[in-house]
Amino acid sequence: MMVDIYDFYDKMERNNIMLSFKGDITSELLTSILQIMESKLDNMQEEPKIKKKVYNVLVECLQNLYHHMDDMPQNVGPDDKARSAIFMIGKVDNQYNIITGNYIKSRNVSGLKNRLDEINKLTKEELKDYYKMVLNNGEMSDKGGGGLGMIDIARKTGEKLNYNFMPVDDSYSFFSLNIKISQ
Amino acid sequence: MEKITIEGTPKTPTINFDMEKGALEIKGRSIPENSIEFYKPLVEWLEKYGSKPKSSTSVNIQLEYFNTSSSKCILDVFKKLEAIHKNGSEIIINWYYEQDDEDMLEAGEDYQAIINVPFKMIEVQE
Repeated sequence: MMVDIYDFYDKMERNNIMLSFKGDITSELLTSILQIMESKLDNMQEEPKIKKKVYNVLVECLQNLYHHMDDMPQNVGPDDKARSAIFMIGKVDNQYNIITGNYIKSRNVSGLKNRLDEINKLTKEELKDYYKMVLNNGEMSDKGGGGLGMIDIARKTGEKLNYNFMPVDDSYSFFSLNIKISQ
Repeated sequence: MEKITIEGTPKTPTINFDMEKGALEIKGRSIPENSIEFYKPLVEWLEKYGSKPKSSTSVNIQLEYFNTSSSKCILDVFKKLEAIHKNGSEIIINWYYEQDDEDMLEAGEDYQAIINVPFKMIEVQE
């Protein structure tokens, strides 16, 4: 099968994609990606305030993917794809977009959906209180995730978490998250 | 009493802890994937220091970035300091944030609201 590389290029060009990746998410990959994005933001002479916000939110989005990979089965034939994820970072007009996509076990969809809906209902002040409550009382997983990531993203961007779940087969769904950061 | 230093990396901060002077400094960025592992030694030193603290301890936190995974560990560090403060030693936490970095100021205020230790918010030029 031929991949139409021009079609890819054209789509990325039109959406002003600065960087995209598909594959296994490792700690080394994240170190490199964050370094590349930081120098891109520097070269664009972005306001320090915006630069920091984009960087912070990017760290949370990518580390969500990273920690999620640990939950997925490893090297079990057809399930291998489950450990692969995609992300894109783009800028259209004055708005940054961070889009992530990863497989999730379908039985975990409703739990995650409820959590995201709960966060989306909260006002700025309520998010602040909720963050402090989870920070102070929440249990931290061995991996270092504390359930704070999504709350932090919602708080820093001031936007609703825009998500979608698409069933793929009997056991898996594809979860996508589209985060907007504007001035 | 000893002096402990951890050199910073692109994902972890520089930590200087001078137990003789009662001075702790955390500086740089704190965005490791696994922050528990990174902060464990510091939490242990604070526990040791807490058994025989100086009459006054000054804590300087100057972070450029930190992730939510680190935020819990930083809270653990502050809780150790809170315990020392409760036992009668003076503690002051200086929270530095860059001018216009409202997110970092708010993060400091979140800790201030949770931890019963005097905080001082200090704005620095970019």
